[in-house]
Amino acid sequence: MTSSETFDVIVIGGGHNGLVAATVLAKAGRKVLLVEADAELGGPARTEEFFPGYRASTAHVLNRLHPEVVKALNLDMNALLLPPPPLTPPRKGEGNSETLATPSPLRGGVRGGGGANLAPTALLSPHRDPIILSGGWGEAIDGDVSETEKRAWLAMRAQLVRYAAILKPFLARLPPGLEGMPLSEMLGVGGAALALKRLGTEDMRDFLRMMLMNVHDVAEEHLSSNLLKGFVAFEAVLGSHLGPRSPTSLLGLYYRLTGEMAGVAGGQVVPRGGMGAVVVAIRKAAEAAGASIRTHAEVSRILVEKGAAAGVRLADGTELRARAVVSAINPRTTLVDLVGADELDTGVVRKALAIRMKGNVAKLHLALSAVPAFRAPREALAGRLVIAPSSEAVESAFNPAKYGEFSPEPAMEIVLPSLSDPSLAPAGGCVLSANIQFAPYDLKGGWEAGKPAFLAAIMAVLERHAPGIGALVQHAELLTPADIEARYRMPGGHWHHGELQVDQMLVNRPFFGAERYATPIDGLWLAGSGSHPGGGISGVPGLNAARAVLGRRSA
Amino acid sequence: MTAQLATRRAAQSHIEALRLESPFHPRLAALSQQNDWYSWAGYKAPHSLWDEEMEYFAIRSQTAVFDISPMVKYRIEGPGAEAFCNRLTLRNVAKLKPGKVQYTAWCDDEGHVLDDGTLFRLSATRFRLCCQERHLPWLLDSAIGFDVSVSEETEVIAGLAVQGPTSCAVLKDAGFTGVETMKPFDIRVFPFSGTGVTISRTGFTGDLGYELFVDATAALPLWDHLFAAGRLRGIRAIGYTALNRARIETGFIVANADFVTAEHAVRADRVRMPDEIGLDWMVDLDKPYFNGRRAIERARRDGTLKHVLVGLEIEGNVPAEHAIVYHRKTKEAGLVTAAIWSPTGKRNIAIASLERPYGTRIVDDLWVEIYALRELRYQKLMKRAKIVERPFVKLARRTLTPPGDF
Repeated sequence: MTSSETFDVIVIGGGHNGLVAATVLAKAGRKVLLVEADAELGGPARTEEFFPGYRASTAHVLNRLHPEVVKALNLDMNALLLPPPPLTPPRKGEGNSETLATPSPLRGGVRGGGGANLAPTALLSPHRDPIILSGGWGEAIDGDVSETEKRAWLAMRAQLVRYAAILKPFLARLPPGLEGMPLSEMLGVGGAALALKRLGTEDMRDFLRMMLMNVHDVAEEHLSSNLLKGFVAFEAVLGSHLGPRSPTSLLGLYYRLTGEMAGVAGGQVVPRGGMGAVVVAIRKAAEAAGASIRTHAEVSRILVEKGAAAGVRLADGTELRARAVVSAINPRTTLVDLVGADELDTGVVRKALAIRMKGNVAKLHLALSAVPAFRAPREALAGRLVIAPSSEAVESAFNPAKYGEFSPEPAMEIVLPSLSDPSLAPAGGCVLSANIQFAPYDLKGGWEAGKPAFLAAIMAVLERHAPGIGALVQHAELLTPADIEARYRMPGGHWHHGELQVDQMLVNRPFFGAERYATPIDGLWLAGSGSHPGGGISGVPGLNAARAVLGRRSA
Repeated sequence: MTAQLATRRAAQSHIEALRLESPFHPRLAALSQQNDWYSWAGYKAPHSLWDEEMEYFAIRSQTAVFDISPMVKYRIEGPGAEAFCNRLTLRNVAKLKPGKVQYTAWCDDEGHVLDDGTLFRLSATRFRLCCQERHLPWLLDSAIGFDVSVSEETEVIAGLAVQGPTSCAVLKDAGFTGVETMKPFDIRVFPFSGTGVTISRTGFTGDLGYELFVDATAALPLWDHLFAAGRLRGIRAIGYTALNRARIETGFIVANADFVTAEHAVRADRVRMPDEIGLDWMVDLDKPYFNGRRAIERARRDGTLKHVLVGLEIEGNVPAEHAIVYHRKTKEAGLVTAAIWSPTGKRNIAIASLERPYGTRIVDDLWVEIYALRELRYQKLMKRAKIVERPFVKLARRTLTPPGDF
């Protein structure tokens, strides 16, 4: 059956990138329909109840929502970035409701304006107080760390942020084109070259020297604190199939640092209402712009007529017609499954199938009856907690993943989102949301058998860092990459819809021939994280793809 | 030698046989007076067996038997076989009926020709693709998304080309009753030796002729049977040199002789699109998508096609093999890829690859520079060349059905 209604553009997938693309296109006056297979929008960014009264979102830290996206969509960031309400939950799981008396030194003093709302990162250790990094990726460092080491940290941080800024036009904005670029884009690349030149000879030499280094060696060059080195290592490899000592692992850190929040490079926020609040904000923008949104609408085929996209067929048989189709889902799914090999060249199928996209991160949601007793001050608990005792520990955690086994001593990043937004848990309760690394998609023996053992390993690590946490657990939801794949329709359960490594970046993302959001099929565009620059809640692929459809300059 | 090494050596015994032997090799070897072998796709194949002139005339006046077993053969089977072949190749396979053969070609994503060959539709769901180069990885990757299986059957299927004016009569005498009713590009299976023989009215000679395919196990019995049946009709085994003359007269091209296949080309500008090697007629834009279509359409639209393949008739009688083609005797316009004095056409012919606009817009005042080596001295000849139609030699008996009974 064919719907009589035809659209200018149909956007497939209601993740944040799909929503951003739909909004930008609708704002430009296009008649846009966004179709989402699930009941809810947002994919892993949506906030959902995982246990009665407890809500969490799989993506839990906002650290790269692009300012141009905020501007293009006119998003009200204040609603998302307001400082968290005074903390009422009990201190260190003691169960009382002592109120924090003094304003946080961690949140003030770094810089004014938006920076004041940034969440700190606490590097946990079972035996000592944490090291606390605040501002934009540790602009200020505090806690159990020597003055010498603080200086070393600040110097290394400044250097990395400086270098990331040079890569920013590439890693956070436009993908370079090999077959001719508009002048405006050439100027952007030229600007990067100028910035590189301005570094000075020695700095430039170091920038080039470090480009493809591994993060372990870089950390070793600067730092002596195992906790700091472990953190830098963890940060660089989070979400990828790399260990700190794997060549090029530093690039992951650069990618992280090309993100900014509230105008601060490397800044991060635990959004109120969970990441779902960001999705809701973008959805509102899309609807305000006039885009139609249809959920429960799974696309089974992208209609191609005479080599050009002509619309989509839904799983229920409905055919919707459009002059262009923007796919904000996985690039492989889009081309191989929805377009089909019969409309593509063999080489394109080869390239789409060769994208490496096997996830390595598991997601843990714990419904806790009280705030767990992590050894960290209250203000830090509301930010991000990292368990990565040393770079070696992260490397050791990675080793088994190479052979299809999970880490017996996983590294992790923990957020207690209910501390920023008490509505996410029942009174007195607490939500723990954690990214656990490494959890290979293809676990030897399968995840059905492996999951309980992995959960036990995770809980053992948590118990060491927050004694008594096990007794607080009302419910544990562990999403392996296989679960993430099934729940969010993300092949391989991979955050980025394609490993974010040097061979799958820039003109090779998702693969050469589709790097500028256009596909071999006329009128079919790619707008998801699988496209340049990659994943994370940035909205850049969605924005760039929409602008490509409109024939405008990329972000 | 350690046990491990010995096991490894045993598994690599093919390395010791530098050239494979075709299932017909014992017969060819017995007939070979020249002992002049070349390597065809890894097989030992004869350049000439006794006398290349006489072998050529066996094609044109008797029955010539040429061993085509080394030809690379793929078995393509499954409900999605037609759709697979249609996406793989340039011509419309939906129009290829079961029991028919299509001469076709296939391209990579950039529209550059990977190979040309013949596609046999043995049934609604089973095909055999015969070609010059090996393509299994490409075919297997092209099978993704299609309900089809692809496997190589080069070694298990033996093939013979039986060509020449008396070939039909020989096959009739061999007991393949009804072979005379086969039209060009027909396929039919005849009982033979329990396994049957698949006969197609195809060939590379432009003459009346057939190609016979049997299980490799039935190869020698088939050979012996044919030679016994054809003795009085002048059946002779031939080598490639004679066949090559016949194919040039017919204007057929050979991969990696008249054009460089896309996967073999080392230099970026050596690859060719179908329109650049005279195969533009195969490109069917009315059929569904096929590999390279977008690139071919773009090249046609943007006018970026760089070469063209033409037939030349050259004055004189010295073959212009690999001669440079000039416009107005000065400006280089291309290269002769194959040339002979045509014994049947009685003219000096050549196939040449020209750089456009030579051969398309500019077609006159073309010359070839022939270096004829005469007792350790090159005699430089600048000969006028005229673009002529292919085939250079057209024989009515190639298509006449039923063929004449000689």
